Amino acid sequence: MANRPILGLFEKADDAADAGDALKSAGVDQKDYDFLTDAPYPEGAFGERHESHRLYIFPFVGALIGLTVGVMLTSMTQMAYPLVQGGKPILALPPMAVVTYESTMLTAIIFTIIGIIFESRLPSFKKGLYDTRITEGYIGVLVNVEEDQLNQTQTLLTQAGAIDVVRQSGGSAA
Amino acid sequence: MQEGTPLQSRQINAELLRTILNSPKWFWIAISILGLIVLFAMAAAGIMINKGMGVTGLNRPVMWGFFITNFVFWIGISHAGVMLSAILRLSKAEWRRPATRAAEILTVFSLMTAMMMPLIHTGRPWRLVYWIYTLPFVPYDYARGIWPNVRSPLVWDPSAVYTYLTSSILFVIIALVPDFAVLRDRTTGMSNRIYGMLAMGWQGNPRQWKLQIIAGVLLSALILPVFVSVHSIVSWDFGMAVSVKSWHSTIFAPYFVVGAVHSGVSAVAFVLIILRYIYGWQNYIRHEHIDALGRLLIVVATGWFYFLVMEIIFGIYGREADEIAVRSLQFTVNPWAIWMLIFVVITYFLPVAIWLSKTGRRNLWIMSFACISVNIGMWLERFLIIVPGLARKQLLTFDWYTYRPSAIEWILVGGTFAMVSMLMLFIARVVPLIPLYDIKEAEILRTSIKIGRVSVPATFRED
Repeated sequence: MANRPILGLFEKADDAADAGDALKSAGVDQKDYDFLTDAPYPEGAFGERHESHRLYIFPFVGALIGLTVGVMLTSMTQMAYPLVQGGKPILALPPMAVVTYESTMLTAIIFTIIGIIFESRLPSFKKGLYDTRITEGYIGVLVNVEEDQLNQTQTLLTQAGAIDVVRQSGGSAA
Repeated sequence: MQEGTPLQSRQINAELLRTILNSPKWFWIAISILGLIVLFAMAAAGIMINKGMGVTGLNRPVMWGFFITNFVFWIGISHAGVMLSAILRLSKAEWRRPATRAAEILTVFSLMTAMMMPLIHTGRPWRLVYWIYTLPFVPYDYARGIWPNVRSPLVWDPSAVYTYLTSSILFVIIALVPDFAVLRDRTTGMSNRIYGMLAMGWQGNPRQWKLQIIAGVLLSALILPVFVSVHSIVSWDFGMAVSVKSWHSTIFAPYFVVGAVHSGVSAVAFVLIILRYIYGWQNYIRHEHIDALGRLLIVVATGWFYFLVMEIIFGIYGREADEIAVRSLQFTVNPWAIWMLIFVVITYFLPVAIWLSKTGRRNLWIMSFACISVNIGMWLERFLIIVPGLARKQLLTFDWYTYRPSAIEWILVGGTFAMVSMLMLFIARVVPLIPLYDIKEAEILRTSIKIGRVSVPATFRED
């Protein structure tokens, strides 16, 4: 049977955390429910699962690519236009350093941005279950359960203190 | 410590999105007036490009004047963004919250404005295309036998500034994603579709928030070295030149960086006061924030003054004839001497005297006056570095001339101030200039501690 989403809206963080505990006790897998908020809460505030990521790899990869591009760009430009100035060598390191440094940093930053978007699982334009009241301060507990468990989950969310429960078809369920 | 009353999410949305969802009546009037000034400046630039550089006051030996002064000034203002956003974010300073977004956006617009100045200064901006595109069908300068020096420090400038500009734009956009989601949920029609696209499907789950917070810290740490490099490299436009004696100084890079922070943070403090006044954001930009900026500015200003004194002492102490000639021009010959005196007073002694008093820091009119004073002074500082250095007598130069800026130069410089103001107002119509989620996070972490018989406001901080 296919999983269907159900969203409980809570006014208080404590109630949302209680809902999380109740779902866990009911045997719902931690990857099947999520907490949606309009501001960052301290990590673990809802007893949510630990989120691991690989964001720190991105700036290093970017820096390495930027360094290579910087060295190639500056050295090849100097070699392509071999104009001797004041007896200095055609391929001089000091003027390469600044441009190479900037290209290293720029690519590291661009890769970090790509990493943030990728690791945040964005963009995600697929229409899922969502409620605009979340950006008004309500805490959403989004649960994916099998269709026959929807009523039981709804009761569980309501008992934990949900002020409203929303289902996929639109409109409130409680 | 926190001042102010607790705020609810709904109230924060309503008050901070007011500029976007219901723009005030004066908005289009202000945009029109500023737009007219910008158009006037564009016409002046058009006249200059059509008639040639003869319409400016530039002539041998002073070939750098108002345009380059204004370029350095706007680069300096741009340093506010990273100073406030990155350093305060990394140090987890609580009072950064209302200031970061406006500072970052001011960085972007001032950098864009700064980069226009050298282009205008070239007199023939279209030649940039020849210089960049070395394709066979483009008549680039190498093919004409002009051979620009690819190893010149002037090549470093655009590479550093464009790196900083690109990074700052990306930094602003990534921090805006959660706020775009709030706007997506509060708009309809075309606006809803645009904000929806910009929000990229943001939901606000713990993973997304965790990465957003790490992004702020990680990007701050990455942009910080770029920020230091930018003004160092701008200073090397002068410092690497051996021919102009008073410019050839090893202290120029740190001196310029600290000077940039001084003018930039003062500009941000002034922008925050203006935002508080025009949008009624008293709950968000509070006296404690302006007070904290005033305290920070005392340290920054004193650091800058130390470098200024060191630069002058090192110049004079060696008693090199060329250096002494420039210094005597700066300190004993009018009008330079009188401008020098005004510059030191309005950039350091007057504002620091104000910031040393709590009343001064907490009075928004006095703070505005001090911040404007610093920025006029910092503009003068760049002018007094550039022009007297070039105007002094040197060997084998047959033409002597005192620089007098023309009306075209005054109009163009005035136009840049109107342009940045217009862009700031315009962006306030499109995105919230105070980050919503940062303010909401502060409210979540707000608490109070009971010590004895008093209850002290406090903020919980996560490590």
